[in-house]
Amino acid sequence: MKVDLTVFLIIVGCALVTIIPRILPFAIIRRLQLPKPFTKWLSYIPVCLLTALVVQGAIRQTDSIPAINGLHLLIMLPTLFIAMKTKSLLITVITGVLCAALVRLIF
Amino acid sequence: MGSDIKSDVEYIHTNEALTFMQGVKDCIPTLLGYIGIGIAAGVIGTSAHLSIFEIGLLSALVYAGASQFIICAMLVAMSPPSAIIATTFIVNLRHFLMSAALAPHFTSYSLLRNVGIGALLTDESFGVASLRTSKGLPINDRWMNGLNVTAYITWIMACMAGGWIGSWIGNSEALGLDFALTAMFLALLVLQLAALPSSKLRHYLFLIACTIIAVYILSSFFSIYMAVLLATIICAAIGAVTEK
Repeated sequence: MKVDLTVFLIIVGCALVTIIPRILPFAIIRRLQLPKPFTKWLSYIPVCLLTALVVQGAIRQTDSIPAINGLHLLIMLPTLFIAMKTKSLLITVITGVLCAALVRLIF
Repeated sequence: MGSDIKSDVEYIHTNEALTFMQGVKDCIPTLLGYIGIGIAAGVIGTSAHLSIFEIGLLSALVYAGASQFIICAMLVAMSPPSAIIATTFIVNLRHFLMSAALAPHFTSYSLLRNVGIGALLTDESFGVASLRTSKGLPINDRWMNGLNVTAYITWIMACMAGGWIGSWIGNSEALGLDFALTAMFLALLVLQLAALPSSKLRHYLFLIACTIIAVYILSSFFSIYMAVLLATIICAAIGAVTEK
């Protein structure tokens, strides 16, 4: 049950910078009426963010132009197919993990 | 007059059905993702020489998968605490966007309840909640708390379990656990698109193409987390401007 002081302070610091962006909109938006263009912009956030997070996994940063992680794409294709076919979160995640394990076993 | 009362009753009824337990149930499909990534995060914590208690503290206080991976990686690399904290801040700025998108649905609740909901918001609970709102279904505080608290407890337990088995599992990448995160984002994206009316689909597919290109281009200038953030901000704006 040892906790290193430096590690503890890093954890607390990281916790603070993580919780602020999480709670700030909840603390302020309830006080003001949002302008229409802003709510319109917000409505497009989920799809753009989820796309960006998926792409993030497939990109490997290098010193020059970013490389595309081919193995990652190879795992992603059957996962995407299963996601569209089943529309199930659970089955998609299981498929993804199994494909990733399989691809890494082979390559 | 009579019909007004009836619709009020119906409204209360549908809202009443959205209990804490329903939130717990709606969280279940995402749990495997949390468990998979949580165990992986715990294993990586062990490899960064964190004790199980420190891993538990990290997962309970920071409660963000990607950041926990990065914090551990930077600890191993002996990065200065200021750099670790600054990187964590950038990685988690996206939560600001998610909170801003969900907060308008909770304006009728007290500040404390709002802060409670925001503090436990994750990519996945945001995905599940915005899936409901994009279908025009209501969300409320009890349901959101059920969703959030289930995920939170599962996450902490998975991280600590990962820390415990970390000593003998060796390499979590070989087991494909790290891909659970991407698979979950992919599934949430497909579910979002499936919930759209077909008239809007073309516009969204255009936006997805924009986002893919934007992340790729931006990632050659910024860190990948900054690229994700900027691409989201820019492409959502493109979406709002090009909306018909």
